[in-house]
Amino acid sequence: MLLLERRPVDSSLMRWASPVLALVLTVITGFVLFLAMGKDPVEGLTFFFITPISDLIGLAELGLKMAPLLLCAAGLTVCYRAKLWNIGAEGHFLMGALGASAVAVQLVDASGVWVLPVVLVAGVLAGMLWAAIAAGLKTHLHCNEILTTIMLNYIALNLLLYAVHGPLKDPYGFGFPQSVMFGESALLPDLIPGTRLHLGLAFGLLAAVSVWVLFARSFIGFQLNVIGQDHRAAAFAGFGARRLTWFAFLVGGATAGLAGASEVTGPIGQLVPQVSPGYGYTAIIVVFLGRMHALGIIAASALLALTFIGGEMLQIAMNMPKAVTGLFQGLLLFYLLTCDAFIHYRIRLRAPVRKPTRVAAPAATQEA
Amino acid sequence: MELLTNILAAMVVAGTPLLLVALGELICERSGVLNLGQEGMMLMGAVAGFVVALTTGSLAVAVFAAVFAGIGMALLFAFMAVTLAANQYAAGLALTIFGTGLSAFVGAGFVGESINGFERVAIPLLSDIPVIGRVLFHQDLLVYFSLVAFAGIWLFLHHSRGGLLLRAVGEDPEAANANGLKVLVVRYLAVAFGGGMAGLAGAYLSLAYTPMWTENMTAGRGWIALALVVFATWRPERVLIGAWLFGAASILHLVLQGLGWRASTELLAMLPYVVTILMLILLSFDPVRTRLNTPLSLGQPYRPSH
Repeated sequence: MLLLERRPVDSSLMRWASPVLALVLTVITGFVLFLAMGKDPVEGLTFFFITPISDLIGLAELGLKMAPLLLCAAGLTVCYRAKLWNIGAEGHFLMGALGASAVAVQLVDASGVWVLPVVLVAGVLAGMLWAAIAAGLKTHLHCNEILTTIMLNYIALNLLLYAVHGPLKDPYGFGFPQSVMFGESALLPDLIPGTRLHLGLAFGLLAAVSVWVLFARSFIGFQLNVIGQDHRAAAFAGFGARRLTWFAFLVGGATAGLAGASEVTGPIGQLVPQVSPGYGYTAIIVVFLGRMHALGIIAASALLALTFIGGEMLQIAMNMPKAVTGLFQGLLLFYLLTCDAFIHYRIRLRAPVRKPTRVAAPAATQEA
Repeated sequence: MELLTNILAAMVVAGTPLLLVALGELICERSGVLNLGQEGMMLMGAVAGFVVALTTGSLAVAVFAAVFAGIGMALLFAFMAVTLAANQYAAGLALTIFGTGLSAFVGAGFVGESINGFERVAIPLLSDIPVIGRVLFHQDLLVYFSLVAFAGIWLFLHHSRGGLLLRAVGEDPEAANANGLKVLVVRYLAVAFGGGMAGLAGAYLSLAYTPMWTENMTAGRGWIALALVVFATWRPERVLIGAWLFGAASILHLVLQGLGWRASTELLAMLPYVVTILMLILLSFDPVRTRLNTPLSLGQPYRPSH
């Protein structure tokens, strides 16, 4: 009989093997899925994982999708380490895009080096504002942050839709719900000339490094870790839970807001309704997959960025639904959590316990 | 009067999916398991129901398919959260993300198709009662089912041995286990029941409310239902009232536009989400009552020591 037994000490090998195992299981499932759909699995997996990044343009696209994921994930890492379940990166992201756009459309004709920073800061502030609502609701009114951040995501989406259909709509845009194109000086510079890769990726990498510094070298990072692992211990040590909650949420809002601002000032260049294909939600997977560690989330964001362009590639090359991206991401997270159970538990083989005979007291039966 | 009756009837219709999913989650949470995957299970129910209705032409078969899709998803969750004792927050989130992706994948070829959904059936005699007759007894079969389910769950929780066992497991799994209750079995059943109801709620959206399939058509209703269960302090009668009030909030923009108000659709569409947050704020003014009513072991994994 297979038995799940608690390990005396958590397995640190399993902690890092689990994401790899999850990826392997996901690929195997994908293989089976392609077979079931009557497609060539090897060809399918090649189109999904390898073709998109086989040239410089492809790698640049990967970096382009990595940037928002990495920025959002860096902020969420700070929250999740403290066991603050902020699901609101999507909302922060959308508000960041909206805030940056609201300023950028006012500055279409402005030029100068100050324009871009002003636009980006507007995005960061908008993201922080959105996160501050959830933080305030949590610290002062004890509202569950999962539910409030989810609701705020939906509200942010509707605000953005309102903006592109109303106040920010391009009057000469043939009725399309989108803003005017931003001025040249409000656009992020390219990192590699000739590709769409822009400065956003540098922001993302910087955010990841900052997360590492925060948790490896700073007292506030230590406090966040403690409060996440043992709330009571943190209280005894006198760490202010409210202050730390605000800090984590504001960092989360700032990075996701910057991600949103970088998206509209980077590859898009205007505000459109589909500014996010769900970056904020995918970033949650990035954080779990990356083990809430700076290097881990960089690797994980590259993998999940690949799922976005891999999905597009499958759509073009094999006429598969684009939704394969979401399916892949869901499977990955699912397998990850399953494998994670074996960080704390191990499987033991044990002979089945014999049922107590009739002579035994009823108490024995109850204990079995 | 005519207008009011119509509004109330529309409110019940809009509240029905919330009622179904919230009743299921109520049972699940009473066993101590918090399943944040409602949205994912609803979406799977919605897509399964729609695809089966379209291919077989039978709404009855479609409803069964939706319920089974919901149960299937719930069992995945139960495996992670109950058997493997994983973090329930993370497992529930995973279920929602997985369900969103899988339902979009399954339904990709069916966007834009349409079916004949559930029709209204007037119940003889009862539907002749003024106002109430039109509001409650001139609806489709799934609305009637939601009322029956409500009554059944109310009776089960408060007047049956099974309900007592369920609550015992939710309050103190250790003590329940010591008394010979199979905690994990009870939790599996409760989670599966929640999944079935969520699947049905999804089917209500794709077979009755708007008979079609679109990605993410649940639009956060699974999450609103989670808030609703807390707001109702885990009592079915309050879930019923809350679900209908939410139904009212979600049709308010149609009512206002009908009355000739000029306001942006996008701004009014925020209303249910804003109301949810306001509801959570309202709860915070009475933290003691919330704490007293919360199933004690809610959200905590349990593994019997032997």
